[in-house]
Order: sequence, then C-alpha cells, then structure tokens
Amino acid sequence: MNSLDPQLLQLAIATPLVAALIMACGLPKRFSTKLAAVAFTVPALIALWLWKEYPAEGGAGYHYLSSTDTGLGMFGINLKLGLNGIALPMFLLAAIVGLAAGLYALRSGAERLKLYLTLLLIMQGGLLGVFSSVDVFFFYFFHELALIPTFIMVGIWGGRDRNYAAMKMTIYLTVGAMLSLLGLIAIYVKSGANSFDLIELKAVIAHDGIAASSQKYIFGLLMFGFGTLVSLWPLHTWAPLGYGAAPSSTAMLHAGVLKKFGLYGLIQIALPLLPEGAHWWAWKLALLAGVGNVLVIGFITMAQRDLKQMLGYSSVMHMGYCFLGIACVSTAGSGGVVLLMVAHGLSVALLFMLATSVHHRTHTFDLAEMGGLAQKTPVLAALFVAATMASIGLPGFANFPGELTIFVSLWKFSPGMTAVAVSGVIISAIYGLRAAARVFFGSPSEPLQRVMAAHPPVDMGWGERLPALLLLAALLLFGFYPRALSLSVDQALSPAAPGISTMPIHVSPLRP
Amino acid sequence: MTTDYLKGVADSNLWWAIGPEMILAIAALGLLALEILLPRKDHRFIPLVAILAQVMVLVAVVLNFHTAWMGESLFGGLIQLSPLGQVARVFFLVASLLVSFLGTVCLPRTKVPRIEFYHIVMIVTAAMMLLVQSNHFVMFFVALETVTIGFYILVSYFRDSDLTLEAGLKYLVLGALSSAIMLFGIVLLYGAVGKVMIGGVAHTGFEFPVLYEFLRHHPDNFLATAGALLVVGGVAFKIGAFPFQIWIPDVYQGAPTPVTAFLAVSSKAAGFAVLLTLVTKVFTPLEPVLVPLLTLLAAATIIAGNFSALKQHNVKRIMGLSGVSHAGYLLIGVVASFTVPWAASAVWFYLFTYMLASMAVFGVMAYLAGENDADQELEHYEALARNRPFLGGVLAVGVGSLAGIPPLAGFMGKLLLFIAAFHAHLYGLLAVAIGGVIVSIYYYFGWIKAAFFESWRPAAGAESPAKPAITVPTMAGAITLAVLALATVLIGFFQQPLTSWLQF
Repeated sequence: MNSLDPQLLQLAIATPLVAALIMACGLPKRFSTKLAAVAFTVPALIALWLWKEYPAEGGAGYHYLSSTDTGLGMFGINLKLGLNGIALPMFLLAAIVGLAAGLYALRSGAERLKLYLTLLLIMQGGLLGVFSSVDVFFFYFFHELALIPTFIMVGIWGGRDRNYAAMKMTIYLTVGAMLSLLGLIAIYVKSGANSFDLIELKAVIAHDGIAASSQKYIFGLLMFGFGTLVSLWPLHTWAPLGYGAAPSSTAMLHAGVLKKFGLYGLIQIALPLLPEGAHWWAWKLALLAGVGNVLVIGFITMAQRDLKQMLGYSSVMHMGYCFLGIACVSTAGSGGVVLLMVAHGLSVALLFMLATSVHHRTHTFDLAEMGGLAQKTPVLAALFVAATMASIGLPGFANFPGELTIFVSLWKFSPGMTAVAVSGVIISAIYGLRAAARVFFGSPSEPLQRVMAAHPPVDMGWGERLPALLLLAALLLFGFYPRALSLSVDQALSPAAPGISTMPIHVSPLRP
Repeated sequence: MTTDYLKGVADSNLWWAIGPEMILAIAALGLLALEILLPRKDHRFIPLVAILAQVMVLVAVVLNFHTAWMGESLFGGLIQLSPLGQVARVFFLVASLLVSFLGTVCLPRTKVPRIEFYHIVMIVTAAMMLLVQSNHFVMFFVALETVTIGFYILVSYFRDSDLTLEAGLKYLVLGALSSAIMLFGIVLLYGAVGKVMIGGVAHTGFEFPVLYEFLRHHPDNFLATAGALLVVGGVAFKIGAFPFQIWIPDVYQGAPTPVTAFLAVSSKAAGFAVLLTLVTKVFTPLEPVLVPLLTLLAAATIIAGNFSALKQHNVKRIMGLSGVSHAGYLLIGVVASFTVPWAASAVWFYLFTYMLASMAVFGVMAYLAGENDADQELEHYEALARNRPFLGGVLAVGVGSLAGIPPLAGFMGKLLLFIAAFHAHLYGLLAVAIGGVIVSIYYYFGWIKAAFFESWRPAAGAESPAKPAITVPTMAGAITLAVLALATVLIGFFQQPLTSWLQF
C-alpha cells in the first residue's frame, strides 16, 4: 500500500466538489464541460487504483484511513475517511456509475447544462463520501449532500409530473433520512462511546453491547428509515414516480448508487452493532420485502406500459432481494447483498441510460407505441438486451452471483421465502424480456412510423456507446470473476478473519 | 441607609464594563444631533455613520472578549458579565448591523423619516445587550421595557400603511399585556422572598442569586412558583411560543421588512438568552414544574408553527410562522439545559445559524419587495433563479439552512439540539421535532420550488401575474448577502470557529 493512498481517497471526494464550486462561481461554459469531464474521470481512476492496491489479506479493518476534526470533535464527530472490504466495492460502483452518468450528461445537450453538471458533480462528491466515511455522522451527511441535488434536478429537468414528483421524493426521502438520523444518534447515545467513529463504536459495543430492548427500537428506526430510502414496500411509492420524472443521469446516479446507501448502512452499521435487534426484526423485514417488494411490486411491474416507470418499479422489486439477504442476518446473506448492490447499480444505471437513448429515437416511453427499433439501431438493441439479461440475473452477468448467494443463504433462513424470491426471477424475466421485445422487435407501430419518418433514427454514437460499454464491461467482469469483489467482502464479514471479534455476525440458525 | 453602603455600591459601578452599551447609546444620540446639524443633502451619510459606529463597537467587544470582570457582580448586583453574555453582545451587534443594512435597502423606497430608524435600532440593541447581562429583576425589567417600547415604534414605522398600523396596534396591546404578566410574576417572586426593606432600596428580593437560594430551599413555595410561571409566560410571548404566538403572523407581515428581521432574529434571541439565564441561574430548583411545562410548550410550539405555516402564501407570514417552529426547536435546547450543561451553547449555536440564514432570506426579500412592503407573495418569486441567479442562490442557501438540510449550517444547529435532547432523554419531544422538520420541508421546499422550478402555463394569451420590480443589489449589498450565504455553507462543513468560541 502506498503512503499517499489516504490523500488519494480525500482527493477523489474533493475533486468533484471543488469542480462544482469553481463552476458555481461563474466559470465560462466551454471550460466547465472540460472541467466536469476531468472531475468525473479523476475519482474513477483513483477508485480503480485503490481497488488494485487493496491488500489481498485486507482483513476486516479499514485501510487508507485519515481523520480531520471539523469542529464537532467534542461530540466524537470527525471527518474520518477509509475503506473496508464492504465499502471498497461500493466506492468503486459510485466512481464507475458516476463516470458513466457524467459522460452521458456531457452529451445530453440539456438546457442550462452548466447547472446540470454542477449539481451532478455535487451528487458525485457526496456519493463517494458516503461510502468512504468511517464516521457514521459523515456517512449521513454525505448522503444528504448527494440527495439535495436530486430534488432540484428532478424539479428543473424532469419529465412528466416533475413538480409533483420532486415534492413527493423530497418529503418521502426526508422522512426516511430523519428516521435514520434518529437511529444513528440513538446508537451514539446508547453505546456510551461518545464517538460517531464506526471503528470505535464497534469496539465499545463489542465490549459492552446495547440492551436488547434498545436494540429493537433502534433497529426498527434504521430499518424503516433506511428502508424508505431504499424503497421498502409499502414506503416505495416515491421511487417509480421519481425515476419516471428524473433526467437520465440523475436516475442513473440515484437508482444506481445513492439508493444503496440504506442497504449499505444496514449491512455496515445496523447488523454488526445491533445483532439482537436484527434477529427480532428479521422475519418482519423478510415478509415486507418478500411479499411486498418481490411479489406485489413484481406483478405491478408486469402491468406497466411506460418504459421508465417499468424500470423504476423493477428497481424497487430488486431491492426486495437485497432486503431478503439482510433478513438472513448471516455472513453469506450480507455478502450476497453487497455483490447484488454493485451488480444492480451497474445494470439499472445502464437500463435508465438506454431508456433515454430509446426515447431520443422514438419520442415516447409508451411500450405499446414502439417496435422494430432493432433493425435501425442494432447496437442500442444489443446493449439493451444485454442489460435486461443482466437485470434478470442471467449467469455471466454480475447480478447472478449476487442473487445466487442470497438465495443460498435464504434457504437456511426459510425455504418458503426462497421459493417466493425465486419466483421473482421468473416475474422479472417476463417483464424484462417483454419490454425488450416490444421496443426492438416486431414491426413499428403507426405513431412510431410517423416519428421515424420525421426523424430517421440513427444508431448510438461513441458519445453514448462509451458510458454504456463501460457499465457493461464492469457487469461482465464481475459476472465472470466475482472474486474481484467477493474476496474483500468476505474478509470484512467473515468471523474467521483476524480481528473480527468486533463483528458479531454469524451464520447461525435463527433464534426462536 | 448608610454612606458606607452607598460607597460600596458606587465602588462596584464599573462603567467600563458596560462601555459597549454606553458607546452605542451615545452614538445613537449622535445620529439625531447629526440630523439637526448636517445640511439636508448630506443626510444620506448618516446611515453610514450608524453602521460605522456599530462596527467599531463590535470590534471593541470582540477585542475585549475575555474581559477582566467576567463573573463579577457589578453595579450593586444589577449586572453580571458572563461568557455567554459576551457571545450575546456579539450576536446582537451583528444582528443590528444586518438590520441596519436591510434598512438602507428598504427605507429609501418610502417617504418616512430614516434617521430615527437607525437610532431606535441601536438603542434597542444596547438594551438587549444589557438585558442579557442583568442579574437583578429591576434591571431586567427596565432593559426589557426599553426593548419593547423601541419595538412598538419600529413595528408601526411605515405609518402611512394600514397593515403596518394594524400590526403596531396588535403588538402594542399584546406586548403591554405580556409585560404586565411578567411584572406581576416578578412582584409575586419578590413578595415570596419576603424581605421587604422599608428603606426604599429593596434590592434583595430582586437579585437572581438571592432568588435562587430561596427557591432552592423552598422549591414548593406556591407563590414563588406562580411568579416564576408568570415570568416564563411573559418571556414566552417575546419568543412567540405557543399559546402566545397569535400576534406573530400579522405583526411580521405588517412590520417593515427590516423590523420583521429584527423581531425574528434579535428579539427572539433576546428572549432565549433571558430564558436560559433564568433557567440556569434562578429557576433551576423549579425543575419538576418547569421541565414538563416547557416540554409541553416546545411540542405545542413546533406543531402550531409548522402547521400554520403550511398554507401561507405571503413570505413574511411564512418567515413568522416558521420562526415560531424554530422557537419550538430552541425550547428543546432550553429544556435540555436543565440536565445537559452544554445545551445553552447549542442554543446559541442554533441562534447564530438562524441569524445567518434568516438575514440572507430577509435580504433577498428586501430586494424583491416593491412599494407595498406587506405584499410579498410566493408568486413573486417565480423564475427568480433564471432572472437573478445570485438572489436565487442566496435564497436557496438561506431557506435550505432554515429547513435544516445538510450540509448547511442550520442542519448542524438542529443536530446539536437533537443530540442534547437525546442526552436529556426527551424522546417524545424529539419525535415531535422530527415530525415538525418533515412538515417544514413542505413549505420551505415550496418556496424553493417557486423560485427555481418553472411551472407550466398555458401559452396563449395568459399573462403571468404582476410582480413588483426587483431592486438590483448594490455591490455592498451583494457582498453582504454573499458573505451570509457563504458563512452558512462553510459552517455546515467547518464548525470549529463557532464551537470553540461558544465553549462547548
């Protein structure tokens, strides 16, 4: 490991934020696009470097640590940055999807492009900060930093119903964020550690523990707070609406990365610190996620006629698997969730991007008014079909190892729930393949023929292909070689690794 | 009364200790003299003189921040300097500077006399600074009445506007009522302590340390408890706590915008400074009565403020009613200060962030308002971000900070209060506060929505409603607003300067 690596980690977070500040202070537009391109690329390169440098025997601890007191040191709040085995894949995900979303935004030709890029950069800086914060407070802080631009972007550049969607998203996500903030402060107060530093919190709680009754309510707060942010049924209604209205790069970053904040928080904070609370809530969470997210939302997704709404609902549905993995309260379950989070982040970002590319050529999101696009735009069709396959969970794409791991560990938790979850795969195959078929195959509908006559569709240029291929390459890499991620995840979660005594997750039968 | 006694009192008259207040008052009088002496064409410089005088006093206070008389009882027990009192001095001076700045924006639009405005603002500020140092109920009441009478005049300053006169009358009647209630409480306390000195100088029954000792030994004295509750009720009027919040929307709307800002920031802060002093120095033994009462008050204030702000369209009323909810959050800090020693510092931290954000928003409001100062509707903000990106940006930062959105300073203020509440085990109050924050998102976000998101209009023939012309900010005005917004953002990231200064 290089001694400069902690500074590199800080640089990765600072670059987009500083670039955004410079652009907000009135940088001319033609420099702004260049600066934005650089500011999206630098964190991605740093993330790849840190991933390559991450020690093979990394253990459960954090690497690349650095700490700064911003003025709340007396409450044990310090800007402490670092990556452990769980944070590393998420950091990489944020950097890759951020780069893809940034490249796509640069070519999107949006109105008021400079403001759009500025907000995206703030979001990107926040996202990188979320996954590299060791301090629980800053973990929350960076999440909010990334969340606020989302609302503004939906409100300004959104599509149909943007004002309503922006307002609904704001209120729902604020509720979720406030509940989780309460939960985090409750951990801080109940642990008696007088520190928001996760390493210290783990050490203190491993020694003293939190009373079971407190654990129950704190886990409940976090579960519903984070759950709202991740669209846990029945608190999911903001998601399809918001994603339907959001501009493409925003949807990519939010659905792909920011939404994973809640799941990441549950795995990184709630499960290790509140094991008894987790056991108490496990079945309730599994029922909500299994029946609500997977089955109910699955059927609703099948009924969608609007491509973007369908993608929004399918993303809600796939979060159900992640919650099921968390409900297992086991190493394998949590590990599977991390793999699936990365995979889903890449695939859903790709799908949202391609959906906008489809819209540019068809001028509609209505599935009934499409068809036959594959003849005109074969590259777009190939990429879209590949992304759909990935999203369904076909072997060879990164989603498969994630889902498989979750299903395997879910079997130990409850075979019945596994049956529910597996039936979800069939549901997603039905809607996914049907949507791909409607858009690209068959013959074009009457209205589409008129649109195509007026604007003959051209296939994707390199400006669109580059971000798409980037995401697809990552999907394939982690699909064929999941060890690239799972090694560090395993070391961070497994009780066998040295120094793991502070991580009380075990593959154990459920308590009565 | 012996000469020795008088000599003792005179020895404790350290005039230097209240130098800032005296210089401020003398400068305020000087403004009036300047108005008489200077030729009419030079009157435009007088506001600058006022601002300069305040800056000089501010610099003097900051330089002598760690004064030698800290904690000593001065003027025969009338005044006691304290670290938080010094913080309060700085706060009131900065606030009055910003109010004066707003005055330079708003007053030239009307025909009312201008110099008196700065005069009264400075006098009121000096009185507030004395109020928070007072250690004796006579001093306390005199300073408080000076503040209140100043506000009677300021609220009805635009005397040719009906709404302003209505606001002035409402404030006068309700303010006088609250002063009477408070005075009655003070008298009850004095009577309960019971050492009426026939000699005419009845100092003991008014002194805070004496009252504290008495209450400590007789925490269940009915008369004293009733007196304490009446005093708290009077203060609750000043901060606009439920059920004394009914005057707020009308007075905030009718008062000139700078005065609204003065009421919202300085008057509220003075109320909280007084409440903190009373709770930590005098009424501490009454904790079993006061904690449930203030808890109830805080919860009701948060609920009343937020829900009544939901349906408002006039931005001055929104600021007023949302200010009520901020008073509710601050009351949480006051309740927590019974058990958590640093809660008072957290309240001051919140007040500072509230001042920065509110003044930024009031500044934007001042530039957007037209001839009729009371007519400032949400609709006037439409397309502000497109037409005036700078004002739009400042508004977004200010409103976002008031809403408590990270990474802005307002969020840090709320966070510290919430942590204090957790330490004080005020879980019910926390739940109410979180609910309040979520409700507040709706109206604050509605404001940002009005400024940033362009709503869809039928294209053909539909006129957008008439709105007053925007005053273009001067260089100094733009810099002031930019500093306020920037400070709000920076404190969101780096709290070090403020927290170390407030001595958490």
